[in-house]
Amino acid sequence: MHNTKIYIGMATCGIAAGAQAIHDALTAADLQNVEIIPTGCIGMCYAEPLVEIKKPDADPVFVSGLGAEEALKTITDYITTGKKDENILPNKGYGKQVRIALRNCGIINPEKIEDYIAEGGYTALRKSLTELGREGVIEVIKASGLRGRGGAGFPTGLKWEFGYKNNEPKKYIICNADEGDPGAFMDRSILEGDPHSVIEAMAIAGYAIGADEGIFYIRAEYPLAVERLKTAICQAENLGHLGEGIMGTSFNFKISISLGAGAFVCGEETALLNSLEGKRGEPRLRPPFPAQKGLWDKPTVNNNVETYANIPAVITRGADWFRSIGTEKSPGTKVFALAGKINNVGLVEVPMGTTLREIVYEMGGGLPHGKAFKAIQTGGPSGGCIPDRHIDMGVDYESLATIGSMMGSGGMIVMDEDDCMVNIAKFYLDFTMEESCGKCTPCRIGNTRLHEILEKITTGCGTEDDITQLKQLGKVIKDTSLCGLGMSAPNPVLSTLNFFADEYTVHVTDKKCPALSCKDLITYTITSKCIGCGICAKICPTNCITGEPKKLHTINQQNCIKCGECLIKCPAKVQAVIKE
Amino acid sequence: MVSLTSEYKRLEEFIENLPTKKGALIAVLHHAQEVFGYLPVEVQDFVAEKLEISAAKVYGVVTFYSFFTMQKKGQFRINVCMGTACFVKGAEGILEEFNTLLGTETGGVTEDGLFSVDALRCIGACGLAPVITVNGKYYGRIKKSDVKGIISEHKEAKNA
Repeated sequence: MHNTKIYIGMATCGIAAGAQAIHDALTAADLQNVEIIPTGCIGMCYAEPLVEIKKPDADPVFVSGLGAEEALKTITDYITTGKKDENILPNKGYGKQVRIALRNCGIINPEKIEDYIAEGGYTALRKSLTELGREGVIEVIKASGLRGRGGAGFPTGLKWEFGYKNNEPKKYIICNADEGDPGAFMDRSILEGDPHSVIEAMAIAGYAIGADEGIFYIRAEYPLAVERLKTAICQAENLGHLGEGIMGTSFNFKISISLGAGAFVCGEETALLNSLEGKRGEPRLRPPFPAQKGLWDKPTVNNNVETYANIPAVITRGADWFRSIGTEKSPGTKVFALAGKINNVGLVEVPMGTTLREIVYEMGGGLPHGKAFKAIQTGGPSGGCIPDRHIDMGVDYESLATIGSMMGSGGMIVMDEDDCMVNIAKFYLDFTMEESCGKCTPCRIGNTRLHEILEKITTGCGTEDDITQLKQLGKVIKDTSLCGLGMSAPNPVLSTLNFFADEYTVHVTDKKCPALSCKDLITYTITSKCIGCGICAKICPTNCITGEPKKLHTINQQNCIKCGECLIKCPAKVQAVIKE
Repeated sequence: MVSLTSEYKRLEEFIENLPTKKGALIAVLHHAQEVFGYLPVEVQDFVAEKLEISAAKVYGVVTFYSFFTMQKKGQFRINVCMGTACFVKGAEGILEEFNTLLGTETGGVTEDGLFSVDALRCIGACGLAPVITVNGKYYGRIKKSDVKGIISEHKEAKNA
């Protein structure tokens, strides 16, 4: 009989932060009446490594950020004597969060199918097969208003219906787990924390459209997720939830895993299909749409991980329940990955329509070091930077599009006063330029030109004409590119031009970077406060600081590489180095 | 040459055990890179022959995907994550520091073949930004000043 349960967050980031050592130490300690449960992402990445302890007679508590030895001592003391040292923290719950896609993450052991079943897993598949029937499933999904969580927001039910109506005997179900947006990690967390929910949903989708084969297309950068998926598929097969004659019916469905190879464009569904066929991941012309001619020219339905994770809950609890959450046009929740300059880095799942302010300040805990909020970037390289004045906007597919951004996969990167928006735009262009597959000219050459212009501006060689060029070129690329990558690549530039036009202007007219971030536009100088201690001269990597002991030192600007070491090392009580 | 043969044998075995050769190129290249560490032209030719496709097609795929490399990597492969979360937390400076201390350029290998330095696409461990991996082991929330220690840690591991 286990009285106390210890949950250890053992997704990639938990393990990277040292969760494995804590797990091993706790296991070796062999505590009596204690069950140790390795679980997926609890969502509070900032607190990793994170352990949750549930004693039968007490509220759950957390132990966060400790090394194995310390954690073991704190936890053992708490369990055996009930003593709470300063490292035992209260579990404040999820606040305004509503967890549907993440419902099991951090609660179950992802490597045990029994845990998933105990939480009601595979009942949705049973209900679909025995009660709803194929049309019934599609009706429920359509009525729920669930939209694709990969970013574009296409109605999932409609997609399934297209697949269903096609009379080809061979069809495919695909799970797009090529989570390429930098700063988005919800799909990884779902696959690492609750793989069965996605497998079950794929089987339901297969049943609904009449496919007998499902394929995971997953990033090679996610080795742990791949491992857990393999385990989960094997377990589901052993219990007869995958394979031939599932749950005693005539429905057959098998799932395999295909690895991506590091190409962002493969998140685009037609490029993904080419990659699955072993080709270069270049997008295809549409129409024909994948639901008509997809993988190996067969009808194919492709959904993203988070979309699938919602399906079992929608089937079990019904369309009305799902519609009661979120907004009218975007029902349900969305998982956001909060990162960047924010205190509580991690995953939050909130009803659609929640404001950015709630997400940043209530769930995210605001910005660290008392810095001022400048912008929040949503939608990854396809999205835009949203300034302070839109922070009270409720987030859904439509609202983000109206201000030139997009939902994307749900990455949210918070930026503060030290981030230069021109440089951020350049960073994204650098990414899309690198990741452009090169098939169509506007994307291949246009984005390279955009990048060149931004390079000019951030190195102090820009002119006002360049800003006009950026706008014009950006619009042309959006209008004429073949796939979603090209069509959205100029968004970071256009949105920063729209909301932070002043910053661009200062870069080109005054040759200054207001955020003091662009290296070529800043200078380090030593003021008369200098006491001539010589520390800066000693650490300067290019030896460009000179001066007599106990006398004012100077920086030779020509040799200065703007590394900023002199500013960091100048004694705090002197502060003679300034950056401007 | 003996070890080379055994590597080709492993690859050949993998290809022969495939349920179908149709669409298998990327999976085969993943395996080949695991076996050889990189994908030189000779390995690509071998794959092309075994899968009965043109060498140009194999080369096209190898050069398209950033995960595949035609250059031999160092014994310790340092990957600096360049996702947005890491970028705004100073990953650029970390990458620069590795290159300065090792005398490499991004994508390059040290002369002694010990270290290679690459910029990696977002690995989704944004909670630990800035993050790097060395041979798959994660180092999170690192500072520029940690770089020296990470390098010597591996140098010592090599000498030990």
